[in-house]
Amino acid sequence: MAPRLLELADELRREGMAVGTSELLDAFEALRAVSWADQGEFQEALAATLAKSQEDRRVLELVFDRFFYRVAEREAGARGLKEGATLRGEGNGQIDLEELRGRIRDTLRGESEGDLRDLARLAIAASGRLGEGSGVIGVDVQRIRRTLGLKGDAMAGERAGPHSVPRERLREFEGHVRRELERALIERTGSLPPARPLRELDRALPTGPAQDLAAVHRVVAQLRRRLATQGHEHRGRHRSSVVDVRRTMRQSLGTGGVPLELRFRPTRPRRPELFVLCDVSTSVTSASVFFLSVLHALHDSFRKLRSFVFVERISEVTEVFERERSFGDVSRAIAGDAGVADVSGYTDYGRVWLEFLEQVMDDLDPRSTVIVLGDARTNGREPHAKVFSHVAARAGRTFWMNPEPRLYWNYGDSVIQAYEPFCDGVFECWTVKQLEEFVRALAEGKRAGT
Amino acid sequence: MSADFGSIEETQKALESAGYLAGDSTALVCFLAQELGKPVLVEGPAGVGKTELAKALSRAGGRPLIRLQCYEGLDEAKALYEWNYRKQLLRIQVEASDAGWQEVKDDIFGEEFLLSRPLLTAISEEQPVVLLIDEIDKADQEFEAMLLEVLSEFQVSIPELGVVKARSHPLVLLTSNNSRELTEALKRRCLYLWLDYPDAGRELEIVRLHAPDLQEHVARKLVEVVHMVRDLDLKKPPSIAESIDWARALLLLGAEDVDGELLKRTMSIIVKHRTDLDLVAERVGVKLTDGLIGSRPAG
Repeated sequence: MAPRLLELADELRREGMAVGTSELLDAFEALRAVSWADQGEFQEALAATLAKSQEDRRVLELVFDRFFYRVAEREAGARGLKEGATLRGEGNGQIDLEELRGRIRDTLRGESEGDLRDLARLAIAASGRLGEGSGVIGVDVQRIRRTLGLKGDAMAGERAGPHSVPRERLREFEGHVRRELERALIERTGSLPPARPLRELDRALPTGPAQDLAAVHRVVAQLRRRLATQGHEHRGRHRSSVVDVRRTMRQSLGTGGVPLELRFRPTRPRRPELFVLCDVSTSVTSASVFFLSVLHALHDSFRKLRSFVFVERISEVTEVFERERSFGDVSRAIAGDAGVADVSGYTDYGRVWLEFLEQVMDDLDPRSTVIVLGDARTNGREPHAKVFSHVAARAGRTFWMNPEPRLYWNYGDSVIQAYEPFCDGVFECWTVKQLEEFVRALAEGKRAGT
Repeated sequence: MSADFGSIEETQKALESAGYLAGDSTALVCFLAQELGKPVLVEGPAGVGKTELAKALSRAGGRPLIRLQCYEGLDEAKALYEWNYRKQLLRIQVEASDAGWQEVKDDIFGEEFLLSRPLLTAISEEQPVVLLIDEIDKADQEFEAMLLEVLSEFQVSIPELGVVKARSHPLVLLTSNNSRELTEALKRRCLYLWLDYPDAGRELEIVRLHAPDLQEHVARKLVEVVHMVRDLDLKKPPSIAESIDWARALLLLGAEDVDGELLKRTMSIIVKHRTDLDLVAERVGVKLTDGLIGSRPAG
């Protein structure tokens, strides 16, 4: 068993999990304590020792299934075991497709586990020409599904047509069909297909827009702490703080007048003032929902925050966010009547800076932080980088978050290059993960300008 | 008093008798923690019973519970040990002035002048304890580094005294709400347990365990409503603790059924934000009034 586990660990490492020797030792130790016969316990023991986060667990689950399936198949291949014969004999050649269809639908709809595997085998046999599949398993699975006329529910909870079945169960069934087809293929060719890495889609934890919003809120809460403490990273304990003589003296009364413990003036956390500018033009449509949710979360965490949205001209939406609490209402208000003064529908960054500077000139001071969310595509208009440099100079810190992959920067009408030298940091940002990276970069004090 | 668990099933049973319905993986990890002598890192959303697990383990195993609540700025002096300066000072003053320096020095850095804090207490205890390090993600990274020695070797180095080794092996639980990423070094030393909201069936069992007098159909409907509320996009989804609170409240009110009116009156027990309240009233309240919930069995 040991070599097998090492192989599994290798595979996990290839999927990006940090499995060290000490984790492996733990795993062996843990396996000594549980029974191996129970797959659930076996897998849980591995998960407890090898996986160190929820994402890791998910990867482990996927890899575990694939890995032991392959190992079993390889063993079977080596020993020459076959079960293909029984597969073809089933149903004496003719299987009633209608009846099978009904049975599968009932099983999928029912609560009971049912023997999906057997049904999958029957389905393959029924759709016939086992040996003459297209050769691509994915295509075959879809073909079989169509033959059986199975359709997933349109939406969870919504009962569409009489032929639809719960989506989750259908996916499970497809998994079985796929597996059986793979097995048949392995038996036919006598060799294992090459292992493929997990797809990004499979590996991601299931999330919905609501959870995404929650995740953005969580990251922004971190951001708040980081912004508040930035510049104090090296404060250590008591470093660079001022001794409070009065309190030290009072304290020393307890020790006979000997000041054993120094008391310090509490350091006041800095109150960050945020100015956030958010591009809502058509070129960033896909990102603007994300940006608005960032804005929304920011408004939740910061009290001194002024937010602006802009296309061709700028308009302040601080009030909208303060008035409307739910995210849906906010985005509707901004899309509808927040009145982004918009003449041509094309972003004009140069003009935005001019107006921004005019509006907030007096409020910008070294304590304020300016965050720009935009793609820096000016549609060929004057970028007015000089004006932007004034903004950056007056503000304490300036960050730019660009929703485009770094690859596309400075191509076409993107002029981020012109603004970059004036920012303390320019970040690629269109997922929660990247937002987290932005927060981390802030914490590490990476500052492009200094 | 303290007894070890013999098997996974035994762990599960013991936890149940202590009033904690543990899932299979929870029982397994607790059992492993005891067998391997490793700390357990428990993560999950707020209010799924991470802290409760430690309390239940302490009750189930007959081990005393020692709790260290983490917060920003927590340091060794508050977590490990501290010298009792005042007592040392008194000792020096009382000492006749002709006593040699060496004598006094050896004397005042003895165990008598040591104030032991939770971590040191936990490992120097004669009988095995359950050590709960709560909300480790709230403490600073430096503190995590300090924990490493305690967690992997179960010892504490005190420069003036030498190394204090554990007399018994504590069962250590660390909880985290994932508000920041923990260091790899700490994770490597722990077993990992992810606690999530339970499915409706298990939650029903939990509610029934804590509010046994509540009528079956009310409890069922309550759990269904809580699950529906969790599916909404809320700032703070209701936790298990809150569904238990709600069940108890309904019991006190003598509720016969969960309907829109009742939800509106008692909603503040499970939902704690103003905006959330509106959302729940709008989405769930309407369904309750129309009788859309409760017509089909939970699960």
